[in-house]
Amino acid sequence: MNIDARFRLKRGRFRLDVEFSIPAQGITALFGPSGAGKTTLLRAIAGLERADVGYLRIGDDVWQDASRVLATHERPLGYVAQDSALFPHLNVDGNLRYGFERIPANERRISFDDVVAWLGLGALLERDPKKLSGGERQRVAIARALLTSPRLLLLDEPVASLDAAGKAEIFPYLERLHEELEVPILYVSHAFDEVARLADHMILLNTGHVVASGPIHELLTRFDLPLALSADAESIIEATVAEHDETFGLTYVDSSGGRFSVARKDLPIGRAVRLRILARDISLTLERQSNTSILNVFPATVDEMAEDPPARTIVRLRLGEALVLAQITRKSAAALGLTVGQPLFAQIKSVALLA
Amino acid sequence: MLTDADLIALWTTLRLATMATLILLAIGTPLAWWLARTHSRLRAPIEAIIALPLVLPPTVLGFYLLIALGSGGPIGKLMTAFGGQPLAFTFTGLVIGSVIYSLPFVVQPLQNAFMAIDERALEAAATLRAAPYDRFFSIVVPLARPGFITAIILGFAHTVGEFGVVLMIGGNIPGETQVLSIAIYDHVEAVNYAGAHLLAGGLLATSFLMLLAVYAFNRRVALVRL
Repeated sequence: MNIDARFRLKRGRFRLDVEFSIPAQGITALFGPSGAGKTTLLRAIAGLERADVGYLRIGDDVWQDASRVLATHERPLGYVAQDSALFPHLNVDGNLRYGFERIPANERRISFDDVVAWLGLGALLERDPKKLSGGERQRVAIARALLTSPRLLLLDEPVASLDAAGKAEIFPYLERLHEELEVPILYVSHAFDEVARLADHMILLNTGHVVASGPIHELLTRFDLPLALSADAESIIEATVAEHDETFGLTYVDSSGGRFSVARKDLPIGRAVRLRILARDISLTLERQSNTSILNVFPATVDEMAEDPPARTIVRLRLGEALVLAQITRKSAAALGLTVGQPLFAQIKSVALLA
Repeated sequence: MLTDADLIALWTTLRLATMATLILLAIGTPLAWWLARTHSRLRAPIEAIIALPLVLPPTVLGFYLLIALGSGGPIGKLMTAFGGQPLAFTFTGLVIGSVIYSLPFVVQPLQNAFMAIDERALEAAATLRAAPYDRFFSIVVPLARPGFITAIILGFAHTVGEFGVVLMIGGNIPGETQVLSIAIYDHVEAVNYAGAHLLAGGLLATSFLMLLAVYAFNRRVALVRL
């Protein structure tokens, strides 16, 4: 099942001309700088922006083509805007029920009480939306959208307007959306942090065009894209919790790249997690170091290399089946005499476990 | 005390104001919505036409209406052609005149209220499966409630208060077109100041109370905008 889309439209001097196909599951990030057309594309998908050329298919259902364009209210989607857009004349309960009651009972796949409990809104139901904090408002907006049992959830920078505390409040909910819902999510963001944490798939947008589209771990390590060459380049590895080591306070997780040790996190065995490794946190040695404080050392081979003048070299490593970026100095690369296909050891100083 | 003629005039006035207000809401609501949302070039001329009764002497409006509705006028001829009567000097003619005369007092508060509604709330409603009419009644009407209250009170009060238009197109037929403002005029003509005081004082007090209600409901409503 795929989501296929093609949109072309003009707004003043801005042109959007995109075509993409993404899996109809998991979270797809629409990522790009301000003015790339992320929000415009999301609005076109929602039917809020009229396109000169538009095609949109969700699985087997065509929502828009040359002969027929479903109006926004005819599209089974959920939309959460940056500013949450709660109805000021209704309390939280009224806001939540607005969409819920417009869905025929036999099409409701999510129960009202579940969503309220899930997003922790039980104590807020009688509240006036104007008296909610930013984080609470976004939780209500997400719940309101979920209660329409959407077949596609569109999130437009849902945490961009929040402060750090608000972001920290919302993220766990977004991650649970990811794990517990079968609804595909399109997530607009210009903050790479959010994307790395949440997205499975990514569409890179710039000046109204799709620069690249694919699984996130692939896009992160592609040398023809700007991400791999940035100072903050990073890699993502999917893993599962394997074991807890109470003696040393560690958690072991298994991935296609091998078993990683991370600081103890209270997660059930078997739980899917995501490891995030900054390219600059990996150092390379030709022989396995026996006397080192670094726990995560893996045999690897050099998959590809690129010089990033003046001083850096980016090395893409293959750890088992996983691809990981390492950032070293050009001087080190020369001293080690690195070549493509060369076996070596990757010493990973720091691994962030995202769960 | 109120005479029978006064009571009949009062009843005629209330009927007229109620009818006119209902018709004004039916016409004024879509018109105000269109004016609030459109980017059409026709907006400015139409706003100007609607605002005309604010500046024109009522006799000018009444004069043209008299010509149009009378037996020689286009609407009068149309009525006759369909087997009806010309509308001049009838209650129906009075309702038509009142609707035109009070239109800005209904359209403007509604338009102001509609313009203040955030487009994003309507878009959010659309993403929550609300069709256009549904959005209007579930989002626009409640959010524009102060505008509706103002429009109803002003439309009603202004219709009760009209004189010139009524005199021109309605004349002074008891039970048909004689309204309070005309009845007061009659009392003064007949040097019955006591009768005039009673009606004039009553209108003054009622009008004050209605405007008080408007201002109490919403401090920031611009009553009349030119």
